[in-house]
Amino acid sequence: MLELRNVTKTVGATEHIRDVSLTLQHGSLNVLLGPTLAGKTSLMRLMAGLDVPTSGSVWFDGKDVTGIPVQKRNVAMVYQQFINYPAMTVYENIASPLRVAGAERAKIDKEVRNAAALLKLTPFLDRTPLSLSGGQQQRTALARAIVKNASLVLLDEPLANLDYKLREELRAELPKIFAATGTIFVYATTEPHEALLLGGNTATLSEGRITQFGPTIDVFRRPNDLVTARTFADPPLNTIVLKKSGSSFLLDGGVSLPVPAELAGIADTSYTIGFQPHHLSLARPSPSAVAVRAKVSVTEITGSESFVHLDFADVRWVMLEHGIQVFEPDQTIEVFIDPRHIMVFDANGRSATPTQMLAA
Amino acid sequence: MTSVKEGLGDKRGDILMREQTTPPPASNAAGLQSASVMSGRGREARFLWLVPTVYIIFLMLPIYWLLNMSFKTTNEILGGFSLWPRSFTVASYVEILTNPVWYNGYISSISYVFINTAISVSVALPAAYAFSRYRFLGDKHLFFWLLTNRMAPPAVFALPFYQLYSAINLFDTPWAVALAHCLFNIPLAVWILEGFMSGVPKEIDETAFIDGYSWPRFFVKIFMPLIASGIGVTAFFCFMFSWVELLLAKTLTSVAAKPIAAVMTRTASTSGYELGLLAAAGVLTIVPGAIVIWFVRNYIAKGFALGRV
Repeated sequence: MLELRNVTKTVGATEHIRDVSLTLQHGSLNVLLGPTLAGKTSLMRLMAGLDVPTSGSVWFDGKDVTGIPVQKRNVAMVYQQFINYPAMTVYENIASPLRVAGAERAKIDKEVRNAAALLKLTPFLDRTPLSLSGGQQQRTALARAIVKNASLVLLDEPLANLDYKLREELRAELPKIFAATGTIFVYATTEPHEALLLGGNTATLSEGRITQFGPTIDVFRRPNDLVTARTFADPPLNTIVLKKSGSSFLLDGGVSLPVPAELAGIADTSYTIGFQPHHLSLARPSPSAVAVRAKVSVTEITGSESFVHLDFADVRWVMLEHGIQVFEPDQTIEVFIDPRHIMVFDANGRSATPTQMLAA
Repeated sequence: MTSVKEGLGDKRGDILMREQTTPPPASNAAGLQSASVMSGRGREARFLWLVPTVYIIFLMLPIYWLLNMSFKTTNEILGGFSLWPRSFTVASYVEILTNPVWYNGYISSISYVFINTAISVSVALPAAYAFSRYRFLGDKHLFFWLLTNRMAPPAVFALPFYQLYSAINLFDTPWAVALAHCLFNIPLAVWILEGFMSGVPKEIDETAFIDGYSWPRFFVKIFMPLIASGIGVTAFFCFMFSWVELLLAKTLTSVAAKPIAAVMTRTASTSGYELGLLAAAGVLTIVPGAIVIWFVRNYIAKGFALGRV
């Protein structure tokens, strides 16, 4: 069990990590989700012991490990850049943690060949890392993390620099490989859909703070605050500020959204309404859906999906529709918001919907 | 001797001028023929080799002349002008390689150069690592201050070193010169190595520490192979600067550890002008540098840029 207790990391005058408390269980898959510079790497370095927190403490299995050098901790880490020892062969690269630990020759050989087979590196064992493709280099780094059999495995955007196909393949493979070992598996990513594909738990990071930690689906469906909702949305979350009046949210201009039943009791004031791009649609999804007229700005067509950028009042929305949808720019179209899927945030950005956090 | 050289230079210059006057008419003719711009350019390109060739001839001339002299007898050298040795002799080389006064000069030069290179590189390695990897109070100022040590003329340090080494019985040993040369070679080595080290991503260090390597083991097993070319270039520069430095080497030695350059000046003054002998000694002085350059020829440009390419 890895525990961060009120950890803060300041470098110079900037706060990289701000008062983070987090508990990760053995055998769990944990995703750190946040945009670039949110503090994912800083947090991982603190977990690994590469950096010492400015304040707060790090506990591992009930022992305070704050300030214990990384050599004495049983961790493995893989970086976004392909980091290997260029002067050694792939075999020696993978064997390196075992060699340092002084393992027997036969055991090293067995472990290295197993890991190499698992990551399809067997034909390249005698080559040097720099003569391999990027994907093979990263798999070498991953193989080294596997043979170490560490109790904490940190992967810092390990697949970001790989091509699409390999990324899909490894993303499915990696959690399985590490799940079998009962390790604490931490995976940092900037992409919300990667977090959803990996499953497990997700901690959303923003400006050095953990905004929410819980089962990935829960965090995605019921974010505690606007920042989490924005972090966990790609394309960006659609928002609009509306005034609640009785049983509906109103905007000057005639838009009126019914207030969801469980929120009937909240005060009559301004709220930020958020909804995902796929909850904005061309066809009426349910009888209660609300029609709004918005002006098309740009349409991006990926093939199976179309992203229609819309201007409504003073905000910019994105609508995700299946198939190819062609609209003229500046054309005004009717789109539907499904009130069953809206998220309501108060003026402080807190969710108005009562939510439960994962027990910390 | 110098007048002979200059005379030759002038003659070369004349030939050069005459050769250069020939191309213009050719290119004019090409220009007159309409629509033959390409062929005109081709004709100009045919003489492009001329500039570097002339330049290289000028560069090589003194070295050729030294080689030429080293195979002549002193009488022939003083007797008149000849482009190659009329009476070819290796007597000068035999004299140098058999007379201890001469070859001891080389031995002491080589020994202090090697001691200096070893000290400089081994001291600079951890220092450069610190500058490359850690931020500490005043690190940038300290780093720059190191380089300013190179900017002071060695003559400034000759007197304090002389007095200090005399006091601690280090005077007239290879160690005296080797240590004195550290004054300008260590800063240089730190600067070059820092450049090479900063080219290695910090994540490699961290990966090694995560794997369990202690710092010394990581440094020797993982890090040094990565900057091997940098270490080679650094060693070369230390070797070179120590090899060509004369003032400190001469001041801090008298008999036992006299460097070859100092031996050369003394011989010239005692037994008249033994120019053939001096020229042979000069040739032999160039040789070690040339050999070392051969090994680092592919990395030397990066070294001159202090590893920052």
